Amino acid sequence: MGTAEPRRQVRLSTKPSFDDLAALRLGDVVFLDGLLYTGREGVYMRALEEKQPLPLDLPAESAANFHCAPAAVEHADGSIEMGAVTATASFRFSKWIEPWLRLSGAQLIVGKGGMSPEDYRTKFVPHGAVYLTTVGYGTGALLGRGIKTVKGVYWRKELGLAQAMWVIEAENMGPFLVASDCDGNCLFERENAKISAGLKAVYEGTKPAVLKRFGETDDRSDELI
Amino acid sequence: MIPIESIQITAERLMAKAAIEIPEDYLAGIEQAAASEEGDLSSFVLRAMLENYRAAKEDRRAMCGDTGCPRWYVKMGNETRIAGGPVALEEALRCATAKATAEIPLRPNRVHPLWRTDHDNNVGIGAPEIEYGFEPGGSWIDLITVHKGGLFGTDYRMLFPADGIPGIKRFFLDSLVAFGKRGLACQPAIVGIGLGGSKDTCMVLGKRAACLRVVGDRNPDPKIAALEEELTELGNSIGMGAMGFVGSSMVIDSHIEVGYCHTGGMQMSVHAFCLSSRRACARIYADGRVEERTDPQWFTDYQRRESVRWELPNPGVKSA
Ligand code: SF4
Repeated sequence: MGTAEPRRQVRLSTKPSFDDLAALRLGDVVFLDGLLYTGREGVYMRALEEKQPLPLDLPAESAANFHCAPAAVEHADGSIEMGAVTATASFRFSKWIEPWLRLSGAQLIVGKGGMSPEDYRTKFVPHGAVYLTTVGYGTGALLGRGIKTVKGVYWRKELGLAQAMWVIEAENMGPFLVASDCDGNCLFERENAKISAGLKAVYEGTKPAVLKRFGETDDRSDELI
Repeated sequence: MIPIESIQITAERLMAKAAIEIPEDYLAGIEQAAASEEGDLSSFVLRAMLENYRAAKEDRRAMCGDTGCPRWYVKMGNETRIAGGPVALEEALRCATAKATAEIPLRPNRVHPLWRTDHDNNVGIGAPEIEYGFEPGGSWIDLITVHKGGLFGTDYRMLFPADGIPGIKRFFLDSLVAFGKRGLACQPAIVGIGLGGSKDTCMVLGKRAACLRVVGDRNPDPKIAALEEELTELGNSIGMGAMGFVGSSMVIDSHIEVGYCHTGGMQMSVHAFCLSSRRACARIYADGRVEERTDPQWFTDYQRRESVRWELPNPGVKSA
């Protein structure tokens, strides 16, 4: 299979030390142990805009925020079954991430596809946070295996199943990839730069559409032809 | 007469199968991509996916936490009769969707677009979609469930005859590059391309091409078949692989479906069926037999017919 040599694997606590984080390199494969909580637009709006007090003691209980909505069901006896978990695309949460890092003390933002290099440099680095991306992104069954228990769910009624704050106890949960490190380096940006270099050749022999669309020009007076 | 209970039970079973078991044809495609992928990060991702499919099957849990939007494609023979009629059929599929959501479990993804109301069962206004097709002869019903994922990876554009094949290639590449960055389309995917029709049918054709044809299947028009192969190769030459990392696996297969369009236009749609290409189907016969299979066999000669009339099979001959 390919030429890949095994990637560096790291087991990381969801309350990592400074040294743990400093040792992470872009592309390292991470497996998490400890409590992590889901939080996305619903949680951010409620905590940051409506200023509702957090239902958990953060970051004392967990410094790992998972951008996720699990496939979970609550049984009549109150127990919770979580089958598979998959992250949701993080770039959409950019506007809340700085105040959230400040409020929650999160050091691990776990999600899908990373955030912008700008966000890493100006928001993550000052708060000592790194970004871990899920893999695939469809590795929901593997991640589901890493859930030891579902500790609880908060703001369930207010936000619904998908947006609620789920608290999960992880054991060797992964794989995740380090997509930004302590210095704000960005894995996706690095890969993208390599790919972009070859794109011109790939496009040779194709031609731009006869009728353009807004977005391909920002001049709204353009006739688009 | 097909009993309604049989439809609901089969539908529930199909939904579990779709959510948990990756179809063989797509799995073989990913295995092949993993074997040839040279990009080390991309290759790592593909191997993790293969492990994930195994884990899902072993544990009987959904392969991806985002379990997509369940929908139904229903096909019937010309002589099919269902107990309770079409209203009962739709009720059975809606019941099965709600029940399977709680039992598998699936993520209750479906919400009202404005009020975000969530019934926690993947059922609501227009959800699940139920689409129909018919075949000459036969008294069976085919149930096909597709749980398509992904907010990214689909696009539409009005092209014109002057755009020609180079314009088609450009839009194909644009779609893959745009949605492939950071792997938002969860590639490598089966890519469906709709050409022609009207805007709505063009989208429908592309989506069906992605979701209802198996890896390796070729369009019966040899020139379209050649274009399918060319597009797959083109997509895999971008230099991008899984998660938008450097690599060579973007497209597991390309499927093109066409529909006659306005003489001035050449509508084009692109649809990526993601790493969780969830589909499952079964045929229920009038005598109660149920046969499961992985190939939806949606696009028959009849579905692609060009002529005004279609010769019905001899009614004296009893068809399956
Ligand atoms: S696009 Fe497919 S593989 Fe990716 S997260 Fe959605 S359902 Fe899962």
